[in-house]
Amino acid sequence: MIDQTSRLRLARQVRLKLDPRSGKQMLLYPERGLELNEIAARVAGLCAQERSVARTVAEIVDEMVAAAAGTPRERIETEVLEFLRALEDRGLLAVQKTGPHEPEDT
Amino acid sequence: MTARGMTDSPRPYTLIAELTYRCPLACGYCSNPLTLDRHTDELDTSAWSRVFAEAAALGILQVNLTGGEPLVRADLESLVAAARERDLYTNLITSGIPADGARLARLAAAGLDSVQISIQDTDPQGAAWIAGRDDSEAKLEMAAATRALGLPLTLNVVLHRGNIARVPELIALAERLGAARLELANTQYLGWALANREALLPARADVEEARRQALAARERLRGKIEVLFVRPDYYADRPRACMDGWARRYLLVTPDGIALPCHQALGITSLHWQNVRAHSLADLWNDAPSFRAFRGEDWMPDPCRTCDERETDFGGCRCQAFALLGDAAATDPACALAPRHDLVVAARLRAETPRATEPSPIRLRRLRSAS
Repeated sequence: MIDQTSRLRLARQVRLKLDPRSGKQMLLYPERGLELNEIAARVAGLCAQERSVARTVAEIVDEMVAAAAGTPRERIETEVLEFLRALEDRGLLAVQKTGPHEPEDT
Repeated sequence: MTARGMTDSPRPYTLIAELTYRCPLACGYCSNPLTLDRHTDELDTSAWSRVFAEAAALGILQVNLTGGEPLVRADLESLVAAARERDLYTNLITSGIPADGARLARLAAAGLDSVQISIQDTDPQGAAWIAGRDDSEAKLEMAAATRALGLPLTLNVVLHRGNIARVPELIALAERLGAARLELANTQYLGWALANREALLPARADVEEARRQALAARERLRGKIEVLFVRPDYYADRPRACMDGWARRYLLVTPDGIALPCHQALGITSLHWQNVRAHSLADLWNDAPSFRAFRGEDWMPDPCRTCDERETDFGGCRCQAFALLGDAAATDPACALAPRHDLVVAARLRAETPRATEPSPIRLRRLRSAS
């Protein structure tokens, strides 16, 4: 299960692609595609850079709070984590646990 | 691919490219047409490359390179490269035969994204019964080679009376091979499978037991292996949402260039099918009368036209209506509400009767002109 210390990247089978028809980002994987909304696309884009969950969530939350003032921080955090867990359930994330003393991303 | 409401316009996401009907195997449930001997004049490399380019321009995002057996195409590496050049997510749908790990490495280098290997049975005798030969060991080598190359592996198993008792062994095999996806898809009774229905249709209790095992495995393996189970529509009360609706999400091209909305549509001889050699993919998708024939709801008879589920199942399978009733616009007999559901009920009743010999003789799928 994903937690704040997990390091994430998209599983090797996954390609992030802009659908030229809809203008939306899609995650492509064997014989399937997942159309992403704006926030999901941002999260997937950060996963493509191999970040920790904590950094990914913090970055998205900062953007969202700035963009939509008044949205509670906890709610955004919960939604991002739920999306990541849904990706994990579908086998679309490569999740690596890091111990508390291992260095964070640099 | 992503399913949405029926009101949005038809848009193909996936091209099913049947590169050849040649195949070393002879599975008695093959999805190729019964008339495969008429379709041996295969499109060449440049014609397929043009099809891939037109597919990408039409909004298609994925291509399934299939057959027959795509590995028998000597130009498969070039075809993979041509598909990737158009940024298509490229799936190889193969029996794994002829097994050749070095060839698989060349296909990976050409840009292949994923590999699906068919497994006929975990029992070699069962595999030989359904496919005319047993290639179990070579298939396992190809599966291992796929994983060694870091490519995602799907195992596809077509379930039927002869192998449905071995679902637990098939799940264990997928785990051992490190598959990302396991498709446990029951035979649907069209084409070759309809010709072999007496030998292939399992009894209801066996289908339900297999389903219980598959659903338990899906929970246990969540996040590791995506386990899919598809019932035979003969044992569902409502029809399959066949191909996510007629000519709505998928476009198939046969080895000789005929454009179809699904694998079985050539069997609907009341429609006139057209060829990519003479027409662009966009013209075929948008304007061909055969593609427009069963889009939307206007074609639907009663009880479909007022059914609450018409946006879920799109009226079921047109090929099945034609195969069983000779009328592609009739209500799919798989539906319990269909006027001719009795045909399906009768087949189910026969499936409850033990056979004199199990497995029963079947008609193997052979290409007469095959090398």
